[in-house]
Amino acid sequence: MIVEIEGVRKVYQSPDGEIGALQDISFSIEEGEFISIVGPSGCGKSTLLSIIAGLEKPSAGVIRVDGEKSRGVNPKIGYMPQKDELFPWRTIWQNVTLGLEVHRQMDQEHQAFVRRLLARYGLAQFMDCVPSQLSGGMRQRCALIRTLATGPRILLLDEPFSALDYQTRLSVAGDIHRIIRQEGKTAILVTHDISEAVSMSDRVAVLSARPGKLKCIQDLSELHALSPMRRREHAHFHRYFNDIWKELELCG
Amino acid sequence: MAESLSAERAAYLKSRARRKTWVLLMQIVLLASVILLWELAARRRWIDPFITSSPSRIFRTLTNLHASGDLFRHLGVSCVETVAGFALGTLAGTAIAVLLWWFPTLSRVLQPYLVVLNSLPKTALGPIFIVWIGAGPAAIIAMTLAISLIVTILEVYNGFLAVDPGKINLMKTLGAGRGQTLFKLVMPANAATFLSAVKVNVGLSWVGVIMGEFLVSRAGLGYLIVYGSQVFKMDLVMATVVLLLIAATAMYQGVAMLEKAIKKHVGGIA
Repeated sequence: MIVEIEGVRKVYQSPDGEIGALQDISFSIEEGEFISIVGPSGCGKSTLLSIIAGLEKPSAGVIRVDGEKSRGVNPKIGYMPQKDELFPWRTIWQNVTLGLEVHRQMDQEHQAFVRRLLARYGLAQFMDCVPSQLSGGMRQRCALIRTLATGPRILLLDEPFSALDYQTRLSVAGDIHRIIRQEGKTAILVTHDISEAVSMSDRVAVLSARPGKLKCIQDLSELHALSPMRRREHAHFHRYFNDIWKELELCG
Repeated sequence: MAESLSAERAAYLKSRARRKTWVLLMQIVLLASVILLWELAARRRWIDPFITSSPSRIFRTLTNLHASGDLFRHLGVSCVETVAGFALGTLAGTAIAVLLWWFPTLSRVLQPYLVVLNSLPKTALGPIFIVWIGAGPAAIIAMTLAISLIVTILEVYNGFLAVDPGKINLMKTLGAGRGQTLFKLVMPANAATFLSAVKVNVGLSWVGVIMGEFLVSRAGLGYLIVYGSQVFKMDLVMATVVLLLIAATAMYQGVAMLEKAIKKHVGGIA
């Protein structure tokens, strides 16, 4: 078990009162697994991701990474935000090496690693461009390489395709899925798009409406070997889709 | 770009160029007529040039000032004070904005005081600076600092707060501390804010310098204006105002050009 979530609860305090965001969430994730978290909007799925990332503290419960209780931001965990968040005043190269700069790891070895990633995923010739010169899909791939650069073992993806148009979203989802598989990373994806979850993950965790509770976990290991595009054509795709859909319906 | 232009495009470009030339022409005509009318009115004694001066008298005064070596001395004193004022105002204002950003509680505590100080007409503090610092350039620079400091703090601090929270979170997940977030994200994201603060401060510094020179100095453009009005040499007053107009415009344009160059160099400034 690379990530264990145990009895996580989150309550937001404000002058107007308390808002329960998450209630008793427990599940664990295996090394190399791709898991998605779906749920109605406002169910706290992004909050759960922030807690795993160490950006927020749970009101109760613990997160264990590699068996160790997680305290704050953890270098084993890489976070990919909703928007690419590339800095417009930096070139692509300066953007993807931002994490190395922060960790003071701008040595030959790490730079060569990032160069290989850029070359492998078709971005080598754009190193000296600024982000505005790239398409949305390319920018999203840069964001992923920026996350991979510091060598995390777990990737957290917070609706990373929601800012893209449908066409681009399908192809970028395919790219990102392939990259994550090739690099052998564990991934946790938060999305409100059921078909996206079914097309990418090994398991799908369904959360109920606020305060988010874990409703069920759908197993999709049958589809493991297929790419997102192939999965969308698979005979069981719609069955899985409908199962998850019904679970969400019941949440109201 | 090399392909031949469509007739419609060519017509559009031509009409655009013509409109631009026309506006420039009108601007020159406007200025020339004001100068000519002023000169004519003074010569025909429609107005009293002893009170209103006239373009030719202003020109003569400037030539005399230049011949005696006073022109560049006074101009230089004022320019140095202005540059010192806006440089100090921008630097100190930014430094304080960084402190407020670094310590949010400090900013919450100081908020009402900043608002009160911001609404105070800073020129009222002039006499206090003179008593504390003494009548001289230091008091004048303190005056300009007082005028530009609070505005700079508020503007830069608000710029810092406006940085995209998604990017702040990204820096956190990369393991960045507050200092790294400041230097790698918050500062570069506010390059445009700094430049606009400098531009505003150039204008405010001139106000501070002229006010300060009115009160204390023995040199500078503000001194020339006050001296001229006290001995009723309106030619000198008007000539100095013209000089001030040129100096302030040149300085503002200099900063605007600097801004343009930096934007071009940095590319995707926010």
